Amino acid sequence: MARTVTTQRKVIVTAIAWTIAIAIFFPILWTFLTSFKTEADAIATPPKFLFFNWTTENYTTVQGRSNYFLHFWNSVIISVGSTVAALIIAIPAAWSMAFVPGKRTKDILMWMLSTKMMPAVGVLVPIYLLFRDTGLLDTRTGLVIVLTLMNLPIVVWMLYTYFKEIPGEILEAARMDGANLTREIIYVLTPMAVPGIASTLLLNIILAWNEAFWTLNLTASKSAPLTQFIASYSSPEGLFYAKLSAASMMAIAPIIVLGWFSQKQLVRGLTFGAVK
Amino acid sequence: MATQASRAAGRLMISPAVILLFLWMIVPLGMTIWFSFLRYNLLIPGGETFAGFENYHYFFTDPNFWPALWNTLTLVLGVLLITTVGGILLALLLDQPMFGQGIVRVLVIAPFFVMPTVSALVWKNMFMNPVNGLFAWIARTLGFAPFDFLSAAPLFSIILIVAWQWLPFATLILLTALQSLDSEQLEAAEMDGAGPVSRFFYIMLPHLARAATVVILIQTIFLLSVFAEILVTTNGGPGNASTNLTYLVYSQSLLQYDVGLGSAGGIVAVILANIVAIFLMRMIGKNLET
Amino acid sequence: MGQIELKGVTKRFGDVEVIPPLDLQINEGEFVVFVGPSGCGKSTLLRLIAGLEDTTGGRIEIDGKDATDLRPAQRRLAMVFQSYALYPHMSVRKNIAFPLKMAKLSQAEIDKKVEGAAKVLNLSSYLDRRPGQLSGGQRQRVAIGRAIVREPAAFLFDEPLSNLDAALRVNMRLEISELHNSLKTTMIYVTHDQVEAMTMADKIVVLQAGRIEQVGTPLELYRTPKNRFVAGFIGSPKMNFIGGTEAQKHGAHEIGIRPEHITVGTSGDWQGRVTVSEHLGSDTYLHVQTDHGIINVRSAGNVDVHHGDTVWLTPETANIHKFDANGSAV
Ligand SMILES: Nc1ncnc2c1ncn2[C@@H]1O[C@H](COP(=O)(O)OP(=O)(O)OP(=O)(O)O)[C@@H](O)[C@H]1O
Ligand SMILES: [Mg+2]
Repeated sequence: MARTVTTQRKVIVTAIAWTIAIAIFFPILWTFLTSFKTEADAIATPPKFLFFNWTTENYTTVQGRSNYFLHFWNSVIISVGSTVAALIIAIPAAWSMAFVPGKRTKDILMWMLSTKMMPAVGVLVPIYLLFRDTGLLDTRTGLVIVLTLMNLPIVVWMLYTYFKEIPGEILEAARMDGANLTREIIYVLTPMAVPGIASTLLLNIILAWNEAFWTLNLTASKSAPLTQFIASYSSPEGLFYAKLSAASMMAIAPIIVLGWFSQKQLVRGLTFGAVK
Repeated sequence: MATQASRAAGRLMISPAVILLFLWMIVPLGMTIWFSFLRYNLLIPGGETFAGFENYHYFFTDPNFWPALWNTLTLVLGVLLITTVGGILLALLLDQPMFGQGIVRVLVIAPFFVMPTVSALVWKNMFMNPVNGLFAWIARTLGFAPFDFLSAAPLFSIILIVAWQWLPFATLILLTALQSLDSEQLEAAEMDGAGPVSRFFYIMLPHLARAATVVILIQTIFLLSVFAEILVTTNGGPGNASTNLTYLVYSQSLLQYDVGLGSAGGIVAVILANIVAIFLMRMIGKNLET
Repeated sequence: MGQIELKGVTKRFGDVEVIPPLDLQINEGEFVVFVGPSGCGKSTLLRLIAGLEDTTGGRIEIDGKDATDLRPAQRRLAMVFQSYALYPHMSVRKNIAFPLKMAKLSQAEIDKKVEGAAKVLNLSSYLDRRPGQLSGGQRQRVAIGRAIVREPAAFLFDEPLSNLDAALRVNMRLEISELHNSLKTTMIYVTHDQVEAMTMADKIVVLQAGRIEQVGTPLELYRTPKNRFVAGFIGSPKMNFIGGTEAQKHGAHEIGIRPEHITVGTSGDWQGRVTVSEHLGSDTYLHVQTDHGIINVRSAGNVDVHHGDTVWLTPETANIHKFDANGSAV
């Protein structure tokens, strides 16, 4: 609507929107600030917002005590590993559904999504026992396997919606040009779908990074990702607010930064291709 | 695009995904069903015997069962209500012209990136703690007695925490949908004499239906199995006041090592999820077909 | 090189028979145009030849060898699609080079051929652009470039010009004709544009509901259409059809007369009133309401009659087409 908006109205909208946005963001901001306080400042009354002795000692303490980098690395391997594995399985499947649809394609897609409906807790016991018996408990491999399978339906669905937007004629042209199936997918389909694949990748890395059912139940220490590392602060240690905050920031900062940088692709990904 | 060769290739390409998902679904589920008919406790190795429906009987008569079912539904519906309504309002707001829209969006989206364990701990300790929490300080400043959120209203507190995490998701999807609304449609409605309120109800809301479906569908999948937030805040308590089905099954199987009982609970959770799924699938069926 | 023969080729989608058994011979170096109304199976037929669809029955032979079960790439045919189907993530150079790369040619050879094609098609200064940065006509040339570098046995075009504006279409039409004259490779061209069909084709194949109605040179189809369908389909404006007693006078069930074969005067066979007159300068189109229905007339130059005028029409007897009750020409 090309209509002039009065400045007054714009100012009011801006004020309301900023207030709400800051309120929503506040817990993160507060955690950020607290992570630079001393423990005494962290629980001071009245609370100190900006004027306190800024210190980074909490971060060194946290790293010293619970080996942050090990857990960070576990999180990276688990989230990236499971996402890449899911993509490798899902790209051919989505190709097939988008470009050689059969009578049952829709049903298969719905069935795949419905496996997502199965609550994790319904299979917790057998997975736990299977992992215990095969030595996969508390290993990164085990978690990569579980998270790959868990996110596979979403990855297939998202890729399917992106692939469907690519005109089939282009793939046919590649076929006429002498490309076999593998080359058609590698040279033509995948590069064309890069934006869609990127959103899928990002969203799934975030989902896997933050996954907190399997990671909490299937890991203990050596392969524990950041979700587990933080959960250990739920003990009375959590009452040390400054250290809790520092640990929290260390757990969420990487993914928040990644999320902010890739906002555009992410918003597209977040809608799971269902909303244009 | 449909020669025999390409159709065969299509089947070949889809099979790894189908087979893996099928195994992922059927093997553990089959084992869960099998365990649910056994007396099977990890503390008594080798003592597995057939139990018939005993485990189901125990599970249904467990004093925690009905509260857990009720809590699960309350949690899902409560969060859905807050995030969908809040999301629509926020989306309408963010759709208005304003200064610094990009930054506002960045701020609003942020909670989505926070892992459940972190958000639960931050809320629990730094906001809801009745002694040192920020809410307690605000209450005292205003002259009220501090409210002990997690003891006095544990489920409500958890709903708040979870809603905070999911509100950005709902807002973003609904905002995207709103921005895709053809402004000529709104102008046409305006020419037809529709005021802002009727424009909202007759044009915008129906347009948002599809996006709202996506929001509800995806959130339900995740909300039915909220776990970490409960684990690190209340451990399901006090009593069973904040125990949902997921947490109940977890505590039976991995805390009390009763595999048989936990499995029966798992099956009940699966059945519940499927009932919900049928409703949801109907909904998507209707709203996502284009 | 470049002789294609269809023998009893059939195509069914589920229960719907889109192409009933069909025979067609396309000779080496010919420019063959498929025309027909929308949905008659032109694209399907082309895609069967290309190998993008399986035949339900029959044989396709290319240069005398059975190609029915060959993959598209093995048939040595090149196709230019209506949507151009360029690879949007590759530069023009890479687009044109793609089939050569797939054929595993050496880089030096690829470069030479790409440069050559670019020169022929006036694309040399665009080689490093992406398709998105080109105009419609340029994109079309890239698509053609991609086809010619492979030196195929035949080119297949599916309505390649229908996304272009009118002026560009005329240019590209000429370019494709010139290309055919210089390459002398077999071309099969699908269109529903009359003018393209008439001007470009050595041989036109008129299709209706998957059946071949007539095959012939453009002038054969114009002069001696085999039936009422072809008569009505070829020629613009369309042929007028008159039945009843007027047709019986000529000993036919129905007669047809092309608008350009009717003269307008102050006396003649049929009296009528002008309902619409279109003055193009070079031609005048009249729609005349007569006792035999509306009759369209095309006169060379400007004829000074207007809406509401009464005129007399005289058909050229030599150019009257006669049809029997089945619509076949007699
Ligand atoms: N994949 C398919 N499945 C089922 N029917 C199809 C399929 N492809 C084409 N058809 C049907 O086959 C018939 C011929 O289609 P085709 O695309 O060949 O027509 P066309 O002559 O190229 O038309 P146009 O001039 O509009 O491009 C149509 O009735 C169409 O509906
Ligand atoms: Mg067509």
